Amino acid sequence: MAESLPAPLLSLAGVHTHIDRYHILQGVDLAVPRGGLTMLLGRNGAGKTTALRTILGLWRASAGSILFDGADIANRETPAIASLGIAYVPESMGIFAGLTVQENLVLAARNGPPDEARLDWIFRFFPPMKTFWHLAAGNLSGGQKQMLSISRAIVEPRKLVLIDEPTKGLAPAIIQNLIDAFAELKKTDTTILMVEQNFHAARSLGDTVGVMDAGRIVHAGRMADLAADEALQTRLLGLSLEAHQ
Amino acid sequence: MSGIAARRVDWVPPVLMLAISLGALLLVGNPSTWLTLTIAGLAMGLLIFIMASGLTLVFGLMDVMNFAHGLFITVGAYVAASTVKFFAGAAGEDSFLANLGALLPAMLAAAGVAGLLGLFFERVIVKPVYGQHLKQILITTGGMIVAEQLIHVLWGPDLVPLSRPATLRGAFVVGDMAIEKYRLVAVAVGLAVFAAMLLVLNRTKVGLLIRAGVENKEMVEAMGYRIRRLFVWVFVAGSALAGLGGALWGLYQESVTVNIGASMMVLIFIVIIIGGLGSIGGCFTGALLVGLMANYVGYLAPKIALGCNILLMVLVLLWRPQGLYPVSRQ
Repeated sequence: MAESLPAPLLSLAGVHTHIDRYHILQGVDLAVPRGGLTMLLGRNGAGKTTALRTILGLWRASAGSILFDGADIANRETPAIASLGIAYVPESMGIFAGLTVQENLVLAARNGPPDEARLDWIFRFFPPMKTFWHLAAGNLSGGQKQMLSISRAIVEPRKLVLIDEPTKGLAPAIIQNLIDAFAELKKTDTTILMVEQNFHAARSLGDTVGVMDAGRIVHAGRMADLAADEALQTRLLGLSLEAHQ
Repeated sequence: MSGIAARRVDWVPPVLMLAISLGALLLVGNPSTWLTLTIAGLAMGLLIFIMASGLTLVFGLMDVMNFAHGLFITVGAYVAASTVKFFAGAAGEDSFLANLGALLPAMLAAAGVAGLLGLFFERVIVKPVYGQHLKQILITTGGMIVAEQLIHVLWGPDLVPLSRPATLRGAFVVGDMAIEKYRLVAVAVGLAVFAAMLLVLNRTKVGLLIRAGVENKEMVEAMGYRIRRLFVWVFVAGSALAGLGGALWGLYQESVTVNIGASMMVLIFIVIIIGGLGSIGGCFTGALLVGLMANYVGYLAPKIALGCNILLMVLVLLWRPQGLYPVSRQ
């Protein structure tokens, strides 16, 4: 099955991560195909967030290799990794509450002021970003903060966007808004690696999937195949996608 | 772009400051005395702001506890004393423009030398102890002790006089009210520094990075910016401002001792805690509050002047535990 997937933009091989005395990632092997969206699923504590943070160098891999676009990034500093064209949407959203929406986006645009056409494209699926352009980001609602966090990640074209649980704690209408936005983003060249607990979102958006358990990838393949195999879902995730809806 | 009007400003702290001032007017009784005290308080507050603003950013941006900040103030004051002495001719003339020929080099030299010392301090003393608060306290305090001994070697152990330039001595007398000329200069320089800082922090990308870094430095790094490189320059700028503040404070006191910086640190810590760590607006408001309180209480009940500022800090923290203008941190 893996032979038919596009060549990976990002690959992790035997990646271990220790946080203090805890051994979180215990040999992660994962290939993220270029283009499209790869879902990283797993139970709480499986190591999904740690995997994203390790890719970005926020936590240092203690062993293994991380290849991004042909370059080994395992030992690079976070700013150097981000500069290669990787953006990050953390679970906490990481917005700068004291800065306005405009200032958050200006800061995220590393190559000069944000491109007007790009902003218009973002405003099409996240209208509140235009409405609240001059408002301090701390005053936005939870869903709007998530929109800002995602807008910041895509304010310039990126090769890879790492997104950690974007739908967590949001109202269904906002979740659908985000799903539509990600579907739009998938039409570009951007590759997305997303951690998600919302199976509806995962099934709607995912092209490929990696399932983690106890710090390892225990399953990798096409999202559609996992979505169609209830027994596999139950074995890997402890419940089926259908039962979860 | 359409949108809701700009950031909301919290007017409660300025109103509180106004209320304290009006309350002091009732207690002092005499409006002329009150106005003299108020201008002295604003001048003192603005000088404290210049000295404290760098430290609040250093705390806020990298969680660095630099107990040697007073050293930069001291060095600035000594450098200013030497520079004014070097330009004694210009300083002694009865022309404000000629006096500026001594004052400006003194302020620039103080800021420059303190900035360079800050660069050395950050690279050699602070860098190895990032993220280790106890070691930061110990090593910066140790570094300050060593540097103070070097100051003794360079300038001697005795008090060094630092005379104000001729046209800045004395006071303007309006009716029965006397306003020291130098205090007006201190107010002007303090306001200019505050305006420049606001301009940099709000209108430049470096300023945006500093404000964002104070809130969440990890996210700034995840966006591809090297926060540590930025921090070095914030540390240098903060040290230079402390040096400038030291020069102005030395001229305010008209003498310099090796303890001039250390003696200000209690007030500086009160100011940055009252203001909210990492907040320039908070530092400004806190400094003015402390300056006004020190002068009003110094006049009404001199023995409790410092205690009153500590009480002010306690009350502010009971009201707003993160300071007057808390910086949201993640």
